[in-house]
Amino acid sequence: MLKTKLIAAAAIGSLLIAGQAIAGDKRVVAVSIPAADHGWTAGVVYHAQAAAKEINAAFPGVEVIVKTSPSATAQVSALEDLSAGRKLDALVILPYSSEELTTPVKAVKDAGTFITVVDRGLSDASIQDLYLAGDNIAVGRNTAKYMIDKLGGKGNLVVLRGIPTVIDDERIKGFNDAIQGTELKVLDIQYANWNSDEAFKLMQDYLAKYPQIDAVWANDDDMLLGVLEAVKESGRKDIKLALGGNGMKDIVKKVIDGDTMTPVETPYPPAMIKTAIYMTVANLIGQAPVRGTVKLDAPLITQENAQEYYFPDSPF
Amino acid sequence: MSAVVGSTPLRQEREWNIGWADVGPFLALLALLLIGFVINPDFLSATNLGNVITRSAFIAIIAVGATFVISSGGLDLSVGSMAAFITGITIMFMNSMAPEWGLAAIPAGMVVAIVVGTACGLMNGLIVTVGKIEPFIATLGTMGIFRALITYMSDGGTIPIDRSLREAYRPVYFGTVAGVPLPILISIAVAAVASFALYKMKYGRKCAAVGANEDVARYSGISIIKTRTIAYAIQGACVAIAAICYVPRLGAATPTTGVLWELQVITAVVIGGTALRGGKGHVWGTVAGAVILELIANLMVLSDFVSEYLVAGVQGVIIIIAMLIQRFSK
Repeated sequence: MLKTKLIAAAAIGSLLIAGQAIAGDKRVVAVSIPAADHGWTAGVVYHAQAAAKEINAAFPGVEVIVKTSPSATAQVSALEDLSAGRKLDALVILPYSSEELTTPVKAVKDAGTFITVVDRGLSDASIQDLYLAGDNIAVGRNTAKYMIDKLGGKGNLVVLRGIPTVIDDERIKGFNDAIQGTELKVLDIQYANWNSDEAFKLMQDYLAKYPQIDAVWANDDDMLLGVLEAVKESGRKDIKLALGGNGMKDIVKKVIDGDTMTPVETPYPPAMIKTAIYMTVANLIGQAPVRGTVKLDAPLITQENAQEYYFPDSPF
Repeated sequence: MSAVVGSTPLRQEREWNIGWADVGPFLALLALLLIGFVINPDFLSATNLGNVITRSAFIAIIAVGATFVISSGGLDLSVGSMAAFITGITIMFMNSMAPEWGLAAIPAGMVVAIVVGTACGLMNGLIVTVGKIEPFIATLGTMGIFRALITYMSDGGTIPIDRSLREAYRPVYFGTVAGVPLPILISIAVAAVASFALYKMKYGRKCAAVGANEDVARYSGISIIKTRTIAYAIQGACVAIAAICYVPRLGAATPTTGVLWELQVITAVVIGGTALRGGKGHVWGTVAGAVILELIANLMVLSDFVSEYLVAGVQGVIIIIAMLIQRFSK
């Protein structure tokens, strides 16, 4: 991680030198994100604050302000508050919901602000200058590919879904498309709402219902924690793989430690907010062209590259 | 509203397990078990039933406390958030004491849980009784407060229990005595103590009297404030006991711990035969209600003919049918 930071610092450092020539007074970058109400959003808050601290220290000419909101309505108000007092040079936003935030963000844009949208898109894509997101289909697909490989193309699976949303649908679609044509059979698929307790119960029920389960896929790490506890308690030895997704530090730690049941992890990193903030600042300060769409891939986290995704100080 | 409750013959209140209101939930439970067996014979396997009843323990224990609150004419929406808050405090306390006290941190943490739980309940009670605020609003407020506190304490992430304590604490959820899982024994013990308090002690009579008709109770010299406040404190203690059993299951508290438990708790109490408007409480019915709720969820997974998208809907229908069975069996 240190290495990555150094490289980033060097890159930004060179931007700084280039940037000072044009930067007059302080440029304001507002970051509007959901408040931490579960693991993933907690990670987003952590990484956004880390980015703000690093950039504010590195660039005297830039001020990054992070504002968290507990609901879509609160986020709309936060946008009004942020843009009321001063002119925003850039806004980095992870919208609570697409529909409700589209018009308010457009109003900010109309005042001449650079708009970076992260993760959840707005209803009108023409508003954003930069769109950065992870790839939920790849999360499902890469997990499936690994399972196919590891199980020799056949076996019995059970799947735990999250909350019925586009994110969940895409992950499941990526997974289902990838296992099509193989002899991997999904015995059962049910919602456990991205909640460890519900996942624990559901996994107990799966174990009671099916005498032979080769692998489990919980499409999120909070659920995986519940699954692992249920499997451990049952004492069953037939489960060879139990995989999650998102990149929670506890699970990445398992990968680093060479856990046999969870040897890999698929990232949908909350740290993407940091990427977005740095890119936005690079445009503002260094005139680096960033307009467009960036899709972060979901490469498998294995023992070799796990350190890159391990943030021991993050709450997630 | 007091007519229905008031017409219950006094004689019945003095005895145990008499009348349809007491038997109803158990009939519904029996019917559910039979249906389950027909759908999937694995349903009645010892492991499955053991799992299901064990995990219904949290709701059952909290719902026993809620039986006091509801029977005395109150309502507590904060129990789910409170459970998460107490879980968080308990884990943080145990973790901070573990280096010095070693395994003694576990029982000490349990004491802290009970003290904090009772204090939280007492606070709810005082806001409702002394503050004279509608229980729905008062506990909706504290529900938000407890949820915010656990989110703040965990930075939105998780508060995991210290590794050195984890294995030693595990048996409290996963352990068995003579083959019966410990959480089941704990909930039976809690229910036994509660039914003694509710049916054999003076306080239980006061509770039902206050819930059935406040004015009559006041004229009989019963302190409404004291009776209701104690009910909330009992509720808090029950939430703490549930939290103590909950900690070892996943070994962590998160901002999503106990979300919507309050609705499950209230449903369990009502399925168990206690009227939401107050009056006589049915402790054992409440326990049966909690098991019924968990069995329905289990049955949804074990049966193959319900689409994953429709599970919640079918659960709703079954709960309503279970209530109708009770109504018409009277």
